[in-house]
Amino acid sequence: MALDTLQKQRRRSGRLRLAGLLGPGALWLTLFFAMPLVIILLYSFMTAGPRGNVIWQATFGQYAALFTKDIYVNAYTRSIWASVLTTLICLLIGYPLALFIARSPQRWRTPLLFLILIPFWTNFLVRIYAWQIILSNNGLINSALDSLGLPTQTLLYTENATLLGLVYGELPFMVLPLYASIERFDFTLMEAAADLGASRWRAFLRVMLPITMPGVAAGSVLVFIPTVGQFVVSELLGGAKVDYIGNLLQRLFLRSNPPNWPLGSAMAVVMMAVLMVMIMLYFRSTTEEDR
Amino acid sequence: MIEATSQTKTVARPASARERTSLGGLALLANAVLMYAFLYVPIAILVIFSFTSDQFGVRWTGFTLDWYARLFANQRLMGAALNTLYVAVISTVASTIIGTLTALAMERYRFRGRAGMDALLYLPIVIPEIVMAVALLAFSAFAFDLLQSITGEPIRRNLTTVIIAHIAFSISFVVVVVRTSLKNFDRRLEEAAADLGANGWQTFWRITFPLILPGIIGGALLAFTLSLDDFIISLFLSGPGTSLLPVEVYNKVRRAVTPEINAISTLMLLLSMALVGLSQLVQRRR
Amino acid sequence: MPLWLSVYAFQEIALSDGNAIELRDVVKAFGDVYAVDHVSLQIRDGEFFSLLGPSGCGKTTSLRMIAGFEYPTSGEIMIHGREMSSTPPHLRPVNTVFQSYALFPHMSVEQNVAFGLEMKGVAKADLGPRVQEALEMVRLTGYGARRPRQLSGGQQQRVALARALVNHPEVLLLDEPLGALDQKLRKEMQLELKGLQERVGITFIFVTHDQEEALTMSDRIAVMSHGKVLQVGTPTEIYERPSCRFVADFIGETNFVEGKVVESAGGYATIETADGIRLRGCSARPLSSGAAATLSIRPEKVRLLPQGEGSAGDENALPVRVERVNYIGSDTRITVRLSDQRTLNAWEQNDRSTVDRNAYWQPGEESLLVCPADNALVLTE
Repeated sequence: MALDTLQKQRRRSGRLRLAGLLGPGALWLTLFFAMPLVIILLYSFMTAGPRGNVIWQATFGQYAALFTKDIYVNAYTRSIWASVLTTLICLLIGYPLALFIARSPQRWRTPLLFLILIPFWTNFLVRIYAWQIILSNNGLINSALDSLGLPTQTLLYTENATLLGLVYGELPFMVLPLYASIERFDFTLMEAAADLGASRWRAFLRVMLPITMPGVAAGSVLVFIPTVGQFVVSELLGGAKVDYIGNLLQRLFLRSNPPNWPLGSAMAVVMMAVLMVMIMLYFRSTTEEDR
Repeated sequence: MIEATSQTKTVARPASARERTSLGGLALLANAVLMYAFLYVPIAILVIFSFTSDQFGVRWTGFTLDWYARLFANQRLMGAALNTLYVAVISTVASTIIGTLTALAMERYRFRGRAGMDALLYLPIVIPEIVMAVALLAFSAFAFDLLQSITGEPIRRNLTTVIIAHIAFSISFVVVVVRTSLKNFDRRLEEAAADLGANGWQTFWRITFPLILPGIIGGALLAFTLSLDDFIISLFLSGPGTSLLPVEVYNKVRRAVTPEINAISTLMLLLSMALVGLSQLVQRRR
Repeated sequence: MPLWLSVYAFQEIALSDGNAIELRDVVKAFGDVYAVDHVSLQIRDGEFFSLLGPSGCGKTTSLRMIAGFEYPTSGEIMIHGREMSSTPPHLRPVNTVFQSYALFPHMSVEQNVAFGLEMKGVAKADLGPRVQEALEMVRLTGYGARRPRQLSGGQQQRVALARALVNHPEVLLLDEPLGALDQKLRKEMQLELKGLQERVGITFIFVTHDQEEALTMSDRIAVMSHGKVLQVGTPTEIYERPSCRFVADFIGETNFVEGKVVESAGGYATIETADGIRLRGCSARPLSSGAAATLSIRPEKVRLLPQGEGSAGDENALPVRVERVNYIGSDTRITVRLSDQRTLNAWEQNDRSTVDRNAYWQPGEESLLVCPADNALVLTE
């Protein structure tokens, strides 16, 4: 009776408070995040006009072009391949680094991590630009070679330079989650494995790696996703000689004359779809890990 | 008994075990030294060559502060820097407030659509920035056309467009950080406050807010850095007349290597480091 | 004792009907689960009252409903005669000492203790002396400027106590406050808490799963299980006259012998076991013949007679064989086996010369176990 109405009242005031708390964020994200995604999904099924405008005429033409024309197919495979390579390299050099930090004396760990964090907080453009100074034809490496009387090399504006820049930019994203899971790892398990006759390498493969897998997965996702969409590194260090998805997107939306928004939209939609599938796979793997 | 076992072990695996340990440790150390060098040498070079008198900025020909002087004399660049700061401050304040409210709703309430909201909050963090940039570009064009057809006034993209976009992606990051500190927050402290006679409002401002404040400040600093460093969304969304610093830097870098860029990079680096230091200080104080 | 506390305590006793807290048929359901299942309790003014039971028995939920952190699904909660079951916690005249202490980490000890007074709107000038007085009471003078994390567990515990008591609560609620302390500190704090309660005269409601703690400190105890109150009584009543098998088993140790009632009269009842042994014990109420019943007898209340003393025909005498003898210092714990293979425990105090172990019970020895009817209980549930 009285309790009942009281609870109803309390629930109603709770609802009001919830609406006040949730409202601004939900509204903002719906309007300025979800809606834009809906718009490009819509655009991706439209026709491109001659002056860069969008003609409201439904077609699957954009998707057909993406999956048949070499320039687009190649851009996708190149972007994904570069991302796979970047992720693998980051993992290979990042895991030992994270392990080193996790095994350091307690008072060293925070400063060491902090040093990983600083580049991560530093402007990406600036860091990539630094490599231009090092790699350019009259840059540091080539001046060094020159002064030693060795022939100079073309280092800048190559695909290897792109890969180097990508690894450089994404390494902190790999190290931080890896560190988090290695730091939690109970190293007496390695002693137990050794006690049971496993070599260090076997113990690593059979015990440590499986247990720290969530960190590996999280780091890989964090590295892979931004790499698929990048266009700055391939432009500044790769010299925009070959197209990655990001370069095509930038061109289709901003540069080409005329721009082709429907095609660009379709391109972005396909990229997102691919990544969503990957993220879902990642979540499935981590939830299984928990079980 | 235990002693005997450990003794046989030491005998069975003599010095070699210890040797291998130090070898593995050495390899780890070597990798770590290389990696820290890999991360910091470019940054160090960047800073050093901001003081070279060489006009291409790739060799050391003598010390100068000219590039910094030239930087501060460059009206266009300074204007862009001010614009960037303005955008960062406004979007940080707005996204911190909105994000904190959202975090409170997500942590303290169970409601229908919570999973959907979770996804909506998570998505801006996981999708590539360029997708968000083109989507916002398309949306702004669409919305401006719509508004123009209603009001008859043409609208151009400007700083406000960028601010709106920056708030949209910063909210998620603020929410993540504030939610973490709400999760670590011991709800019994709120019960204790109520038990001692504090009402809901008093409890929030005297207990909850001070204790999650480091999280809120952390979220705000993250939002500020993200906005300051953001290049992709700024590139797509800033209108013709409104230049932002990262976009200006990008345009310069594409054209040529000049120590002026080193100088501005060094200043941006200093600002980032100051922000990191500040956030560490806030966390330390906890 | 601080004067204000005594004045306050007497005032309260004079004003109320003698009950500090009354629960009337209180139910708390979480979905289908009844955490508290139709509980009625009357807790008197100035009493040290314990809610005792295993984890999940509803004792903490009951306490939280009195504090106002949970609202009952149905039923009434009276605090000094005022119905308060739906009053929010900050408007109730009770204070809580939390299991984890819940001290505010961003405030000093003084600020923690002053918090409740500030909320009440006590004038700034009065805060200092009252806070100091409270800290003095828990022997923490001079610790006021410290942060909670700079204190030991026992000190934090006392801050929590001061923070609650400084508000002159009508009732102090304590949720397993000693749970986090080590054994030795725990014993000290038990005595200190009990002494404090006697000095200030405030009603304490103390939640614990530790029966020894409850027996040591309480004026009265309510034993709970599965959301229900099984028995309310003084420590002696709870231990000596448990109302049911659960209470007898949960408090202390006991021997159970199952059987059927064959006779019941004059405060006693007799049961017969499956193999025909008859045992007599006290029974609070008359029992109907044929009903299933259990005889409960504490191991320290049975006696083992050496061979040749007594006879198998005596009342409540069972022929047994000694199975195991465990010497534990203050007493010796002997496990004996009955003819039907059931085992019982008998504890003998080591008050005779026992250095010569050969003179004592040996496994395999025949004996007669006697349990005086006045010390045995016949329980039906």
